[in-house]
Amino acid sequence: MAVITYREALNQALREEMERDPDVFLIGEEVAEYDGAYKVSKGLLAEFGDQRVVDSPISELGFTGLGVGAAMAGLRPVVEFMTFNFAFLAIDQVINSAAKMHYMSEGQFSMPLVFRGPTGAALQLSAQHSQACETYYSHAPGCKVVTPGTPADAKGLLKAAIRDNDPVAFMEGETLYNLKGEVPEDDDFIIPLGVADLKREGGDVSIITHGKMIHVALQAAAKLEKDGIEADVLDLRTIRPLDMDAILATVKKTNRAVYLEEGWPYAGTGAQIVSMIQEEAFDDLDAPLLRVTQADIPMPYAKNLESLAKPSAGHVIEAVKKVLYR
Amino acid sequence: MATKVHMEALSPTMEEGQLVQWLKSEGDDIANGDILAEIETDKATMELVARGDGVLRKIFLDAGGTAPVGSVIGVIAAADEDISGIEGVDGGGASAAPVEAPTPEAAAAAPAPVAAAPVAPPAPAAPAQSEGGRVKASPLARRLAEEAGVDLARIAGSGPGGRVVKRDVEAAKEAGVAMPSAPSWTMDGAEYEDVPTSQMRKTIAKRLVTSIGPVPTFYLTMDVDMSRVMEARKSINAMLERDGGKISINDIVLKATAAALRQHPNCNAQWHDGFIRRFNAVHIGVAVAVEDGLITPIVRNAEMKGIVQIGAEVKELAGRAREKKLMPEEYTGATFSVSNLGMFGIHEFTAIINPPEAGILAVGGIEDTAVVVDGQVAVRPRMKITMSCDHRVIDGAQGSRFLQTLKGMLEEPTAIVL
Repeated sequence: MAVITYREALNQALREEMERDPDVFLIGEEVAEYDGAYKVSKGLLAEFGDQRVVDSPISELGFTGLGVGAAMAGLRPVVEFMTFNFAFLAIDQVINSAAKMHYMSEGQFSMPLVFRGPTGAALQLSAQHSQACETYYSHAPGCKVVTPGTPADAKGLLKAAIRDNDPVAFMEGETLYNLKGEVPEDDDFIIPLGVADLKREGGDVSIITHGKMIHVALQAAAKLEKDGIEADVLDLRTIRPLDMDAILATVKKTNRAVYLEEGWPYAGTGAQIVSMIQEEAFDDLDAPLLRVTQADIPMPYAKNLESLAKPSAGHVIEAVKKVLYR
Repeated sequence: MATKVHMEALSPTMEEGQLVQWLKSEGDDIANGDILAEIETDKATMELVARGDGVLRKIFLDAGGTAPVGSVIGVIAAADEDISGIEGVDGGGASAAPVEAPTPEAAAAAPAPVAAAPVAPPAPAAPAQSEGGRVKASPLARRLAEEAGVDLARIAGSGPGGRVVKRDVEAAKEAGVAMPSAPSWTMDGAEYEDVPTSQMRKTIAKRLVTSIGPVPTFYLTMDVDMSRVMEARKSINAMLERDGGKISINDIVLKATAAALRQHPNCNAQWHDGFIRRFNAVHIGVAVAVEDGLITPIVRNAEMKGIVQIGAEVKELAGRAREKKLMPEEYTGATFSVSNLGMFGIHEFTAIINPPEAGILAVGGIEDTAVVVDGQVAVRPRMKITMSCDHRVIDGAQGSRFLQTLKGMLEEPTAIVL
């Protein structure tokens, strides 16, 4: 296996899928001439030409609608948002058109469409540019939501998303693009959507999470190990569809769980998941389910406040000890 | 800044204290040094003083409740301060106090036993039982306890607010094997029957209470020929001699009482508001004199135990009673009591009922007495037994029939095994 960056893994996935299927094309701001704001599409314009790697004007609603139309006409568009923070402008096309088209057309149109780009906070980008947006997309039935946290997951899941016949919000991490990791070189390396991955095996407590928070969870787990606490770290990878079997398996093993997410607590992904856990595994719980999230405030610009607002390994450790009654 | 009110060590050897009464109520203004409550230690009743100013915002331990030293029993804070994060001992003992008095004579100042735990993991470990009898336990702990046949109410919870969690159930399971002295006794539905109070019974209860006090008591006395019991004791002790064992007359009386109560469930009963609880199991409270009073440890399921076992249990319980080492559940929940003052040369006496029990048997000493047997005067060992009956539960004829059965068993001990 090659060790490559998350960025390169995404680039490989795009290239391989574009080679494999001529209907796949990429559209977005600066994806062509500039190789993408985060260089994910590096070299693709030269390789596939401007019919398949298309620079769009700064008009998210417009080019997202274009993607929806192209999908209806039988192509497999990959629409890049420079960041999902800017995709609020386009969310009408995602929720009202893409996510409902298959249903409202009684199956006449499928929607093999991927919206991709970074989500969440990086560093000091302030309130409008530091939002974890996955909940907006997972809230509406009809849209799949994928949040890869490692290079291998990024590649395998993006390839699966492009091959999927439903709209997929594919949400990357701005701070993950330089992350290196082993990635299989197989052209057909696919990670199916809706399958979680146990990133660390413990047994005392379950830390369930998704996206770039897996790294915070793993950091917390490493520190907890020094206190003699072994944590399962379950990476959902896909928020919708949800791998409930994997969630129940770890909860039934450890009898307690902490959900860690980058976004806000109110009606967050963790809220949904703890609700489902208590419905389906009530008699296996030895402690209340706790959540660790961003503080329920717009992200502060000030560095010190920003770091306090973000969920940290310290917060996770605190929650874990609470559910372990330590 | 909130000040927690702790159960303080008010004597050098105090491990837990019983709250006799609060002298301040929730909402009262408190100044540092104010006397908050009276606490009964293992030695005396002491005053607990405030360690801060503010308002007595929260009382966690009701009068009559018991809490370990160091546990939080109240909170003093500013009137508007958020104290929701402060967790106290779960010791609402108030509702239990009037009905769970450990000794007949001490009923008025009855300690309300917080059914303490056979196994107490560290931490303030009062069982998580609230007034309605609901036990706070995690869902998993509930399931594990059910699977293991462990009564959650008897487990001290180590979680927040006394919540029983997995580790507590596991500890209780282990300790249950290692602690034979902890009876695996539960008060479940199969053990008793609640009989709704009929209008007639209600009227009887109401009228008699007006007449004589909250427990309208009457007394029935019988004279028992104890020759056969004495013979039985002699031959049993001869058999036990090899092992160094020994039983007393009182052990046989206890066994006979249990056996007789089995035949007269209306005497093995408790008065409750609205119903009378008749027990199938016989849990006999045995009055034991201790240095500064008396206590009635309980022989559980006495009807199912042999005389030797009853004797051994009484001895063991009485020993620990004198050392004040009984767990509250070891002296609460009797269905009937027996008090024997024969060893003090008492001929006969009346004992005071320990509510909610409906009866207590006062046993006098055995005395050689001239009696008429088959038309001839003979000297026989005789013993007087006097039963105090709660008239709301037991009528004269019922009590008398029970005493007849008991007398029959004592005069012909083989009847006990019938």
